[in-house]
Amino acid sequence: MPDPVAPSAQPFSPASASDYLPGPQLRALQLSRLQATVARAYERVPLFRERCEQHGVTPAAIQGLDDLRHLPFTVKDDLRETYPFGLFASPREEIVRLHASSGTTGKPIVVAYTHDDLAVWSEVVARTLSACGVHPGDTVQNAFGYGLFTGGLGAHYGAERLGATVIPISGGNTERQMMVMRDLGVTTLCATPSYFLHLLERAHAAGLDWPNLPLRVGVFGAEPWTEAMRQRIERESGIRAYDIYGLSEIIGPGVGSECCAQQGLHIFEDHFYPEIIDPATGEPLPDGEEGELVLTTLSKQAMPMIRYRTRDITAIIPEPCDCGRTLRRIQRIGRRSDDMFIIRGINVFPAQVETALLAVEGTLPHYQITLARQGSLDQMEVAVEVTESVLSDTVGGMEALRKRLADALEHVIGLRVGVRLAEPQSLPRSEGKAKRVIDNREG
Amino acid sequence: MKFKQLSLFLENQPAHLKQPCQILADAGINIRTLSLADADQFGILRLIVADWERAKRVLEEAGCAVRVDDVVGLEVPDERGGMAHVLSVLERGGHNVLYTYAFTFGTASRAVLFMRFEDPDAAIDTLQGGGITVLEPTRWLAVSG
Repeated sequence: MPDPVAPSAQPFSPASASDYLPGPQLRALQLSRLQATVARAYERVPLFRERCEQHGVTPAAIQGLDDLRHLPFTVKDDLRETYPFGLFASPREEIVRLHASSGTTGKPIVVAYTHDDLAVWSEVVARTLSACGVHPGDTVQNAFGYGLFTGGLGAHYGAERLGATVIPISGGNTERQMMVMRDLGVTTLCATPSYFLHLLERAHAAGLDWPNLPLRVGVFGAEPWTEAMRQRIERESGIRAYDIYGLSEIIGPGVGSECCAQQGLHIFEDHFYPEIIDPATGEPLPDGEEGELVLTTLSKQAMPMIRYRTRDITAIIPEPCDCGRTLRRIQRIGRRSDDMFIIRGINVFPAQVETALLAVEGTLPHYQITLARQGSLDQMEVAVEVTESVLSDTVGGMEALRKRLADALEHVIGLRVGVRLAEPQSLPRSEGKAKRVIDNREG
Repeated sequence: MKFKQLSLFLENQPAHLKQPCQILADAGINIRTLSLADADQFGILRLIVADWERAKRVLEEAGCAVRVDDVVGLEVPDERGGMAHVLSVLERGGHNVLYTYAFTFGTASRAVLFMRFEDPDAAIDTLQGGGITVLEPTRWLAVSG
């Protein structure tokens, strides 16, 4: 006798997931979902309708995926200004979950989910874990924070949906994390990469024997990390470390994930449509070019996001992946367009400055960028703190260092900029995000 | 036979020279001699102190970056041709002086020179071979302390 079961109760099968849809079929699915999402938002979200009217577009303008470019962007401030419920597209009684950002700067933002949204979320996180080599029957220690943050519950329901055993330990309490990892046969850890590095350091001291642990996979996200960090994690712990991508405004974790190839992150583009734009002009860029990632949700009900500007800088990798997934990939994200500034028509990121300083000195010194206007010309100066390893006892030695730094910066940025050597500990430091760029230009 | 010289990077701004000197004063460390090399935007302060390891530690604890180099101290008669004689000995040995600083002590008719070389050990051999008094750091720092 067939049992009427909810779709989410059926066993999850990665092979039947939409990761492998042939291109034309995927594009057709995206277009029909996009048209439905735009119509829903237009009908139910006053801010979106107003913006469309200002732009002179209606949902009927969406005849193909390329027509997305005619629609207005959504930015984080839109969520703040309509706080708490202004962008909801479902009646309150259909909303079964709310999450919120911590709101360290100004108002927090609130995001909402219907039953179906939660089912989609679980599915994309299950596909994330599957792409990272996690299987039904694996034991997942979930050290993402549980609560208003989307990381903990997002990973939790995704792991259950996959058919893994979840240990909902949340973040913190390193001793207990290590005990659980050792005693409960944990094969997979979900955490921020920096927390895992902390665990790694503490575990060595506590005598935790990495090679003899069953831990095999690390699923790392919620903060940017580097390829160098991955190599250190994999070398010291013997696990495979995967980068995942997500943001609460779109759904939480589950927007994109690396696969066994570890060459970029597949976007689950049957649910989230990616575009890359020039952050200065807003114009879409072709696949392969670097710019700001813009995401449009294709199936979200409670809170559809149309052309949400993530501020994350990346490029779409159009080439097919070795793993066989047909989903397009993005490059690993290392910088944000918030940090970008323009000098004499050139887009500059602090990350580029860091690359140059690192190339000269071997380690990254503390630095600060100051922009000023002299006459009609913009000037950029990079102040770099002198450290013991680069200190010379001659003026000639220090001038040579200054020239090497200026040459390296010119090579990376394409512009000759001023370099000022500064005393150690003399540049301002701030909690968390250091204030790297001081813009003294007027207007 | 070599002195440990401490070098500090300073920005060319008011009160920036005083700060490390005050740190050493507060730690009870006497600066035996110093020189300051100046460029447009910055300077390099070079110091000779009796207890260089402790001086380095207190300066680093106060946030300074400190470099340590070997320099050679020597003594010459405080009279016409004293410096020229030293330099001609060095020239014969083919030693390039990277920089030097000199001072006289009280009423004694002797001058003390500190010199930095690429190869201080070879320079010491040449100087001693040329009959020039090379100072022994421990004794000199103790006696003139």
